[in-house]
Amino acid sequence: MDTQEVSRRLFLIRSLTGVSSAWLVLRLPDIVAAQEHAHHAAQSETPTKFEFFTPEQATEVEAIAAQIIPTDDTPGAREARVIYFIDRALTTFDKDKQQQYVKGVKELQAKQKKMFKNSARFSSLRSEDQIKVLKSLEKTPFFETVRVHTIMGFFADPSYGGNYDKIGWKLIGFQDDFYFKPPFGYYDREYKEAQ
Amino acid sequence: MNPQQPKFETQSQVDFVVIGAGAAGGIIAKELSTAGFQVVVLEQGPYLKEKDFDHDEIKNFWQHALVNDWSKQPTTFRKTPNAKARVQPAIIYGRMVGGGNVHFTANFWRFHEIDFVERSKLGTIAGTGFDDWPITYAELEPYYTKAEWELGISGEPGPFDPPRSKPYPLPPLPIKSSGALLAKGARKLGWHPQAAPMAIISQPYRGRSGCSHCGFCEAFGCEVKAKSSTLATVIPEAEKTGHCEIRPNSYVRKIETDDAGRVTGVIYFDDKKTEVFQRAKAVVLCANGAESARLLLISKSNLFPNGLANSSGLVGKYLMFNAGGFATGVFEHELNEFKSVVVTRIIHDFYDSDPKRGFYGGGGIDMRFDVTPIGFALGGALPRETPRWGADYKKALRDSFTRTVYSFGHTTSLPVERNSISLDHVTKDAWGLPAMRVTYKDHPDDLKIAKFFSDRGKELLEAAGAKKVWSAPVEEQQFGVHLLGTCRMGNDPKRSVVNKYHQAHDVPNLFVCDGSSFVTSGRGQPTCTIQALAYRAADHIIRMAKSGEIKSA
Repeated sequence: MDTQEVSRRLFLIRSLTGVSSAWLVLRLPDIVAAQEHAHHAAQSETPTKFEFFTPEQATEVEAIAAQIIPTDDTPGAREARVIYFIDRALTTFDKDKQQQYVKGVKELQAKQKKMFKNSARFSSLRSEDQIKVLKSLEKTPFFETVRVHTIMGFFADPSYGGNYDKIGWKLIGFQDDFYFKPPFGYYDREYKEAQ
Repeated sequence: MNPQQPKFETQSQVDFVVIGAGAAGGIIAKELSTAGFQVVVLEQGPYLKEKDFDHDEIKNFWQHALVNDWSKQPTTFRKTPNAKARVQPAIIYGRMVGGGNVHFTANFWRFHEIDFVERSKLGTIAGTGFDDWPITYAELEPYYTKAEWELGISGEPGPFDPPRSKPYPLPPLPIKSSGALLAKGARKLGWHPQAAPMAIISQPYRGRSGCSHCGFCEAFGCEVKAKSSTLATVIPEAEKTGHCEIRPNSYVRKIETDDAGRVTGVIYFDDKKTEVFQRAKAVVLCANGAESARLLLISKSNLFPNGLANSSGLVGKYLMFNAGGFATGVFEHELNEFKSVVVTRIIHDFYDSDPKRGFYGGGGIDMRFDVTPIGFALGGALPRETPRWGADYKKALRDSFTRTVYSFGHTTSLPVERNSISLDHVTKDAWGLPAMRVTYKDHPDDLKIAKFFSDRGKELLEAAGAKKVWSAPVEEQQFGVHLLGTCRMGNDPKRSVVNKYHQAHDVPNLFVCDGSSFVTSGRGQPTCTIQALAYRAADHIIRMAKSGEIKSA
């Protein structure tokens, strides 16, 4: 074990605050192993360039994603870097969906030009006009694929390139942790207090 | 893999080949090797360990990390024998050393006494194979106890529980908000909530540390060995005997027999798809309630033209999935169901079938929210009218993830002969074998009992104080998680596939033990009974092997 490894283990131990020492001693080897695995998985950082999308395709797809999970008083798909998740999915486990995106973006732009003459790109439309275009496409397989990918990219483990800063998990109140202690929620606390 | 494992020659005749290293196979391998027999376990899936498990939804739900992959093992489905079967995912099972025991929710209910003698108590049901089991609860009780103590089960007896010879080895896991709400609602309705028996250790037990409440039990492997799977418990013990070799990535193609009708060994594809023949004195088939039947049907020969051990014609028949009745509720405050184990309280007030209802069926209720973030956001647990995208969709996600819970009624399925596993000779798997064809249509009573439990769930959630309660209509099932009944046990060789010791009626040195052995479906929690049956089967197999009753080739 090198020095860096030792200090990281110490950090992991310190991070287990609030946990009784007996509990800790018994579970430590397992938890350290699990956290190291997670740490390793998260090593791959958000890429700076796209592997599959052209810049134009990326802009258009990101605009769709940003309508599926919009930015309001909390961050949305754009801030969660969902577009990087989709790009990575299309070069790894969802390679077979590449052509659906190429065709889908073209059809989206054709629709946008038909509905809004003289408009340049889908992403340059006003938000309410983007919604109109998407409403006309929401039953298509392409829209459903982008919807599924956006949701996956918003909530998947950040090691896949999306869910940046755990934005998706924070929105819904989910925490990915290796240990919790009771009380877990309002009603079990209430139940225990009543006893 | 454990270094103490022996490496047997395929040409040497080992005492036993066990097919499938899951809930049943793991136990049988441990028992047989502990008794001194040489055992080779063939498992089609990989040998994964705790370091390989994680909380990655994409890997576990979309990339089939722990389960069968339909792109390599396609299944076809039809509702009735006259309909055309279409390729669609029809079943799911654990595909790894430890099998479904690794990713299961860990509910661990014993059957009640009534489950074994229901036909005697209620009479026959027209159009079904509804029958008594060839064994009683009393005969299985010592093995329920053995399973609970060897594996490590947390629980506390409830008012409707059958008699037990020993208490649970571990106290119940701490109550969650779902359990507290179930208890509150149930008491208001005059029902009797009880602690859920779970195959998750609430405290350190036999060298394993207790549950850390991470919340990733169902569909995931436990990283801290708190889930009492065969992978975390008996399989390492089998390896330590020095008599048990586990061969992962071994896809069985055929159970071979000789001219005298005795099993001689097993042909399988290794990880490079090379055919290997392992000789054995006897074979114990524990490949699950769907694959065990498929393998027997594939293993046909001149002597067994309709499939091995199938003189009754019942191999693959009487498939039962268990049904379910659901209702969902949203509460004012946070439950945070993503933390800790899935279930902490259950209700057995409606376990028995009640003739006053006018149909057959019974079940048990739990409350849970076993939905991980991606699955949740894809719409699995939101009211139907929720928008599918946009600002209001985002608001619904934000407001409901930590506050939603559902009532799950786990219910009976009647054994219907046309519901079955058979071979599809059009579609092939990645090894060139006939794909599995699933034929399934719920008996009308199964749908009625599911609706009954959906209604009880709504009452329960309302009594617990939910702000909003809804349920979806009950639909016919087209997908099985519990795989039961396809090689049923019985005393009559014309009406069953194996005898009360899990020995094939037609082949003295072949045993089948897993969910396929079930005569009736129980109430939606089969694992505890599968594992008790495995301990009992192992005792009898050892007895017969020692007395020369198995009669090898």
